[in-house]
Amino acid sequence: MPKQTSTPLLSAVKLTCIREERLLFDELSVEINAGDIVQVEGPNGSGKTSLLRILSGLSQPYDGQVHYKNQAIHHCREEYQQNLLYFGHLAGVKGEMTAEENLDFNLALHGNKTTETLAYLAKVNLAGFEDSLASHLSAGQHRRIALARLYQSNAPIWILDEPFTAIDKQGVASLEKLFSAHAERGGCVILTTHQDLISIKPEQIKKITLDYSYDSTFD
Amino acid sequence: MTLKAQSAQKTETLAENIDSSVVKATVIDSTTVENTVVDNNAQSSQQLSYRHAFMLVLKRDLTIAMRHKDDIINPLLFFVIVITLFPLGIGPEAETLSRIAPGIIWVAALLATLLSLDRLFKSDHIDGSLEQMLLSPHPIFVLVLAKIFAHWLITGLPLILIAPLLAVLLHLDENSYTALFLTLLLGTPVLSLLGAVGVALTVGIKKGGVLLSLLVLPLYIPVLIFATSAIDTAALGLPYSGQLAIIAALFFGSLTLAPFAVGAALKVSTN
Repeated sequence: MPKQTSTPLLSAVKLTCIREERLLFDELSVEINAGDIVQVEGPNGSGKTSLLRILSGLSQPYDGQVHYKNQAIHHCREEYQQNLLYFGHLAGVKGEMTAEENLDFNLALHGNKTTETLAYLAKVNLAGFEDSLASHLSAGQHRRIALARLYQSNAPIWILDEPFTAIDKQGVASLEKLFSAHAERGGCVILTTHQDLISIKPEQIKKITLDYSYDSTFD
Repeated sequence: MTLKAQSAQKTETLAENIDSSVVKATVIDSTTVENTVVDNNAQSSQQLSYRHAFMLVLKRDLTIAMRHKDDIINPLLFFVIVITLFPLGIGPEAETLSRIAPGIIWVAALLATLLSLDRLFKSDHIDGSLEQMLLSPHPIFVLVLAKIFAHWLITGLPLILIAPLLAVLLHLDENSYTALFLTLLLGTPVLSLLGAVGVALTVGIKKGGVLLSLLVLPLYIPVLIFATSAIDTAALGLPYSGQLAIIAALFFGSLTLAPFAVGAALKVSTN
């Protein structure tokens, strides 16, 4: 592992993950600094989601540790989770609640202000839908309710699992812009996607490639 | 007050950590860590308080229950149906009915609670909001406690309110009404609290219904025994404070321990 001069925001130390008796990755070490956009690549079933869940602290690795500012995350759970925004496969949107109520709850749960909820819904093209029950909205709109949180988030670490699923082209473009802006502000974005990131320059993106063999490259 | 002091302290320590990291970053690497992200963080952490988090989750769960009325009506309807069927099946003799009334009411309450347990975490698990709660900066036990309290308000409280009416159908001894009310008041929260542990353990399993009953029912038996015994004793005109004290002990024991067990179980289930 190369010595970094500044403290990495998030670092994985020799992570090993075994699922269904298959080794997904072995001794994966990664350092993620402020300002990084990291794309995790790999075919279906190669462990992308598992890696993101381990980094977020939802799953435990078979071996190895995740460090937040050089501190193991289970030693500083509250602090880490204040600085983390995880967006999983499942949007975490309740069908019984309106778009506005959903976003309000998600924001408040993570300690953000809820005064400008409507403005954030407008940013994800949901103006006019704030009083519709989420169960009446489309799959893409569901995801957008959850993604609206990104506009308010103060958390420096964003871990996003397939954020572009069911999102239209325009939405993807504005999300990419949001990611770049977040990286420039000193945050970091870790995401999985099978699409190429169009508006973010390739040299800005770090890639973690997962495959079925043991070696994981990080460039 | 102590809670506020704690959160203020946390904010301070957080601010310290952040300050030091900013200093390091500016000295060593000028391009990293801009203050805006980090400062906002310190601000947002001030909003965290246990009471705030508790009320937030409670309000949400009650809103969902109000929009999805099945959750409230189903267990209540089950309770009413079971109890009204017994006089039809056994016969209308007041003596027999008043003899078995405490048992019937309590068994029905127990099964009604068991039926409703699944909704406690299942839907949140399916749509991913459980993950978000586990990843929120609030301690898990506060959120869990709020969910359990909401569950009790939705299922336990209606049972307590309607039980005296159904007791009339079963000719419950008139000395026993206070005992019935008190045992249900202390006992149904225990059912919700212990049940939550079982649900949390089985939430990740696709068809965990049978396993849930097997896990939870043995834990319910002490409540059943002492509650019915209290009601029987009351019918004889004897003091039943001993049984009540044991149910109260079960209540406070599960109130203090169950939320932590549930939190740990949820972490395992979502792993």
